[in-house]
Amino acid sequence: MSQDLNTAMVEKYRNDFLKEVEEKVEEGEWVRMCMQCGVCSGSCPLGPYWEHPPQEIFMMIRAGKREEVLSSSSMWMCTSCYNCIVRCPRELPITHIMHGLAHYAKRLGLAPKEQPTMKFAQLFWDNLVKQGRVNELKLGLSLYFMNGFSEGVKTALKMAPVGLGMLKTKRMNPMEMVGGHKVKDLKGFHAMLKKAEEIEAAKIEKQEAEA
Amino acid sequence: MTEVIATNETILVVGGGISGMTAALEAAEAGKDVILLEKRPYIGGRVTQLYKYFPKLCFPTCGLEINQRRLKANPNLRLFTMAEVDEVSGTEGDYSVKVTLHPRYVNENCTACGECAKAVEAEFDDEFNYGLKKRKGAYLPYAMAYPERYVIDPRILGTEDAERAKAACKYDAIDLDMQPEQIELKVGAIIWATGWKPYDAAKIQPYGYDRIENVISSVEFERMMDPFGPTGGKLVRPSDGKPAKNVAFIQCAGSRDRNHLLHCSRICCMASLKQTTYVLDTYGDEAQVSIYYIDIRAIDRFEDFYRKVRGNPQVKFIKSKVARIDKDKATGDPILQGVDTEGYHRYANPHDLVVLAIGMEPSVDRFPVPVVVNREGFIENDPANGGIFAAGCASDALDVNRSVQSATAAALRAIQVVNRVARAEV
Repeated sequence: MSQDLNTAMVEKYRNDFLKEVEEKVEEGEWVRMCMQCGVCSGSCPLGPYWEHPPQEIFMMIRAGKREEVLSSSSMWMCTSCYNCIVRCPRELPITHIMHGLAHYAKRLGLAPKEQPTMKFAQLFWDNLVKQGRVNELKLGLSLYFMNGFSEGVKTALKMAPVGLGMLKTKRMNPMEMVGGHKVKDLKGFHAMLKKAEEIEAAKIEKQEAEA
Repeated sequence: MTEVIATNETILVVGGGISGMTAALEAAEAGKDVILLEKRPYIGGRVTQLYKYFPKLCFPTCGLEINQRRLKANPNLRLFTMAEVDEVSGTEGDYSVKVTLHPRYVNENCTACGECAKAVEAEFDDEFNYGLKKRKGAYLPYAMAYPERYVIDPRILGTEDAERAKAACKYDAIDLDMQPEQIELKVGAIIWATGWKPYDAAKIQPYGYDRIENVISSVEFERMMDPFGPTGGKLVRPSDGKPAKNVAFIQCAGSRDRNHLLHCSRICCMASLKQTTYVLDTYGDEAQVSIYYIDIRAIDRFEDFYRKVRGNPQVKFIKSKVARIDKDKATGDPILQGVDTEGYHRYANPHDLVVLAIGMEPSVDRFPVPVVVNREGFIENDPANGGIFAAGCASDALDVNRSVQSATAAALRAIQVVNRVARAEV
């Protein structure tokens, strides 16, 4: 589905990626306010590791570099430290724009496939949704095996002493492996999520209809 | 008691800086009765603290002297220094203004011989040099101060220093019993020319103005060039007194920033280009200047000056708002961290000295009379203000040239008000 959506979007916004971002990306309407001073890029603690710092991403959006922006791993590097938002002289919600871009890229199926932050975010979400509570034991294990079975075994063995220590000090409950703790009204929780998904889907549908 | 005769045909000018002096002189020379109030013990305001003007690079002392002579020669103009407005009431053409005159403790017998300053031991931060230097408890604020009369710092009253100063004076000019006076003025129109103050650089936390000695503000840098200033006219850095040959200027320090001042302060680009010439003139081939900027706003005729400075290969322009300044512990060098916009290169550049091109904000937070101010705190030109007009930096962030234009316009508006009053009385 996402691939088709991507094609549809390309048709609609041919050569106007900024407009697409403004309409589709959460907080995307702020991008045009950037005055290219660069204080966000200089303030980012992970800045040296980004392929394109925020200031450059904003300029690429304006330049219509759709593929490069949406398939970039840059916005996935954001750790939500909020340094950029605090220092931006125009008060752009840069952190939120980065998350908005990442979310949009994933929805269109353009996000880099092996992006670890994206994979972890998905694991976290799937884990949380099941019981309404994060099952740390299962989450930890699924993280170990995120990159395949053999690597997972290696990581698990490496981390075994930490795990045993946590068991001993009652920081980790082995019973979490079976079932695990959950919210009181699990049915209600799932109904709530379903409703939220419906609202989101309706919103997107409306956007498409208006287009 | 001070005798002041004022009528509703009198124009009151509040603030004796370049704008207030200009407005007062223009109105007085047009034949109007003018009262000029100044909070400091001398007139000239912040212009007195400048080394050179841009773009002509001439000395402000020249223009100040001309204005002082115009002022002395004009019988229509009366000046009160150390005066502050407490309250304004009334309407256009009929204002009543309460003013406090603070005591100088030195009367008109003073010849500025300086014997009192020699006798006094106590020293205080010198306001004229932004506290970078000390001055005596009896002092002449600066060499060309007008009125040319010493001031006794109230903090030495009741100490032996005060008695020593009095004893040292051969002209019976020191009167330690002077008291603050309250006077009330009837005036027809008021011109606010209360000027500006530099934005508090310490509020720009990532630049470390309060933590890194070799990060200073542009107004402090200006004082360094004065032969009577804190460094005796030498461009040296505060931490170790080494020559400041590699100097960085950071533009928009506080300006155009929703976390600080919303407006463009207009003077800072030209001020940094001007100060760049100080570094080049002082150190010749050894000078290295880097200007970090968002965009250079050197408008109309200033463009030539900008091009001239830009043409010098010793001056680098880096399009980037610096993200933060670190300090090299071993050398004391400030290290500028950021990413430039022309290529997105990450940099960490050490410099001898960093000058923050600090923004302008109105010097008065709250006016003692209801006037319409904009969101930046400057007085708007609004009919609701009646016979109250702003001149110079009370109205906007302006350079000297545009302040003088604004002051002349304000004088004309005030003259129109008192002319209407005069006609009504005939």
